Amino acid sequence: MAELDRTGGAPAVPADWTYAPAPESKDIVTLRERYGLFIGGEWVEPAETFETISPSSEEPLALVGQASADDVGRAVAAARTAFADGWSALPGSERAKYLFRIARILQERARELAVLESMNGGKPIKESRDVDLPLAAAHFFYYAGWADKLEYAFPNRKPKPVGVAGQVIPWNFPLLMLAWKIAPALAAGNTVVLKPAETTPLTALLFCDVLRQAELPPGVVNIVTGDGRTGAALVDHPDVDKIAFTGSTEVGKAIQRQLAGSGKKLTLELGGKAANIVFDDCALDQAVEGIVNGIYFNQGHVCCAGSRLFAQESIYEPLVDKLKRRLETLRVGDPLDKNTDVGAINSAMQLEKIRELVESGREEGAEIYQPPCRLPEKGYWFAPTVFTNVAQSYRIAQEEIFGPVLSVLTFRTPEEAIEKANNTPYGLSAGVWTEKGSRILWMAQRLRAGVVWANTYNRFDPASPFGGYKESGFGREGGLHGLEPYLRFDE
Amino acid sequence: MTRLPVKKTYKLFVGGAFPRSESGRTYEAEGQNVARASRKDVRDAVRAARAAQPGWAAATAYNRGQVLYRLAEMVEARIPEFAELSTGRDEVERAIDRIVWYAGWADKLAQVIGSSNPVAGPYFNFTVPEPTGVVGVLAPDDPPLLGLVTRVLPPLVGGNAVVAVASEQRPLAAIELAEAIATSDVPGGVVNLLTGFRAELAPVLASHMDVNAIDIGAANGAAPELEKLAAENVKRVIHGAADAQSPWEIAGFLELKTVWHPIGQ
Repeated sequence: MAELDRTGGAPAVPADWTYAPAPESKDIVTLRERYGLFIGGEWVEPAETFETISPSSEEPLALVGQASADDVGRAVAAARTAFADGWSALPGSERAKYLFRIARILQERARELAVLESMNGGKPIKESRDVDLPLAAAHFFYYAGWADKLEYAFPNRKPKPVGVAGQVIPWNFPLLMLAWKIAPALAAGNTVVLKPAETTPLTALLFCDVLRQAELPPGVVNIVTGDGRTGAALVDHPDVDKIAFTGSTEVGKAIQRQLAGSGKKLTLELGGKAANIVFDDCALDQAVEGIVNGIYFNQGHVCCAGSRLFAQESIYEPLVDKLKRRLETLRVGDPLDKNTDVGAINSAMQLEKIRELVESGREEGAEIYQPPCRLPEKGYWFAPTVFTNVAQSYRIAQEEIFGPVLSVLTFRTPEEAIEKANNTPYGLSAGVWTEKGSRILWMAQRLRAGVVWANTYNRFDPASPFGGYKESGFGREGGLHGLEPYLRFDE
Repeated sequence: MTRLPVKKTYKLFVGGAFPRSESGRTYEAEGQNVARASRKDVRDAVRAARAAQPGWAAATAYNRGQVLYRLAEMVEARIPEFAELSTGRDEVERAIDRIVWYAGWADKLAQVIGSSNPVAGPYFNFTVPEPTGVVGVLAPDDPPLLGLVTRVLPPLVGGNAVVAVASEQRPLAAIELAEAIATSDVPGGVVNLLTGFRAELAPVLASHMDVNAIDIGAANGAAPELEKLAAENVKRVIHGAADAQSPWEIAGFLELKTVWHPIGQ
């Protein structure tokens, strides 16, 4: 407890505002020692396993399967059987009810899944609790309602399911990305083989339990864990009709190449290097909150993170001053502590990548700022970082860092802001801060990005299409538009 | 004495001008010497397209619709010429009607393809279609005019700029179309037409880093290789049919942009 200072006649105030830790209990999560692969509604014992850990403590959590190409083949066969044996012929209204059930169970078990998400992925509990889980449940609820309304979504187009969808998802929003993939696929009448990210398989494995609780027919959803080899086997499998991938642009390009000539449908949601553009007439304090949310949310492990801050020259100094002061209030540490703003970096490999790029920023001549903060000794951590004096040519201004690292650049005119913001091979998202409505729309029209947040940042909703321009990928997830990748049309 | 006719030199159509191939090469097709575009010509055409695209996209949809309708007028005025260079008058009439049909889509796309999205929070959220940018098109071998029109109009009406490789065996209709485009109000560089060997030009277009999408429906056996090249900058790859007409043909060359704004006082 903070001591109260009662000296003098002043009203009593705490002498020290330091928070007491408020850790969320892990008791709600019961982990098994080892997990198999979820194929055809059964747990299948894999030949090989690997350890999955907590990135905040480096403690092992469980053993999970390294699915081989044969395992992937069995999962695809189970999905094909389930597709042919009833799922695709089931009336949309019945499919919908399964999805509604899943949404409801996710809501009911939200705390358990949120805690596990933070344990396995390192993200702050307040984010997994308030963002990942509510959005995952909402996604199933939203697409549930589409399952029996597809003809209205695509009039005159006779929508049909594609067949078996192979889905490969990243480690930054493990359960939410699973929801983004599985919900529209099932609503459209497909069956699924999904591969969770290597470092964050546990919520997907717990989700299998949710599926059983929902009594989803066996084989409709199959989960195969493993590293990149498992993903490659899934992408390569001849009986998969559609591939949906979320991850790095590098791997996305490799998948597009691998699928050349296969005739498989493909959607890619890849990297980004979003510009967050702040004009001098913005509501400054709100903009600072938006900048912080834009780049430090989920440790910056966000493909649409606002990693390039463009400050109008006339506001540069007060903006950077306020931003630095705000950074001092960020609490970095235990992901399960309800006070924590910035959790653990997802893996040793990712930490290494962030360090390497930050080092390149120093070497190229940028000025680094990190607020004073004590990082835990065990686990993978990186302090929130701001680079100023950044040139457009620096690697930290061009490459996706995927960590809590912001590069600050400047501009004078709206035209210059557009020119600089669009000067990247990526095009996933962008932010604009100004109180001038016509300028918002002028900017929004010219930014080459799939999502533009004006006077806000990092908002997501199942009804809102999300996806990239240029090398950030193609296809949309969310909304009516998110159904299309999972349908074929007899026109 | 009979009058000596003035013969046409069959050239490329790049940036609104009619240059010869920079390579100086020609090849024989339909009994004529036709320009044989080089890799450099493809790159020049992409630059011209990139330069022209923002202006075309920024024109009002109403204006783009009228400009494309004007193109239909220009083709209508040349029906006899086109009939001779294609499978006949029927093909030309269908091509004209298709141009008119697509012209009418310019100011309707956003209402059919866009949306306003009911998000769970105090935000106004909408999705609008936008052109992807520069589109490469391999025109079908046949029909020489209708096939080209079928593949070029969808990206065009959506606000993209196009670099098209004409039918290799029957390029004359494409050259005639270039002349109709040049006398319509389509801005220079918005449509660029190249004649030459598809096997030579298609890989340059497919691997070009400043091309956003490519329509390889006419690539035949070369499609897998072109798809592989297209991955280098995550191109949108479309396998367009030689005779199709639908707004979803346009949608393949569109991006969707979603904009959020808080609602407050």
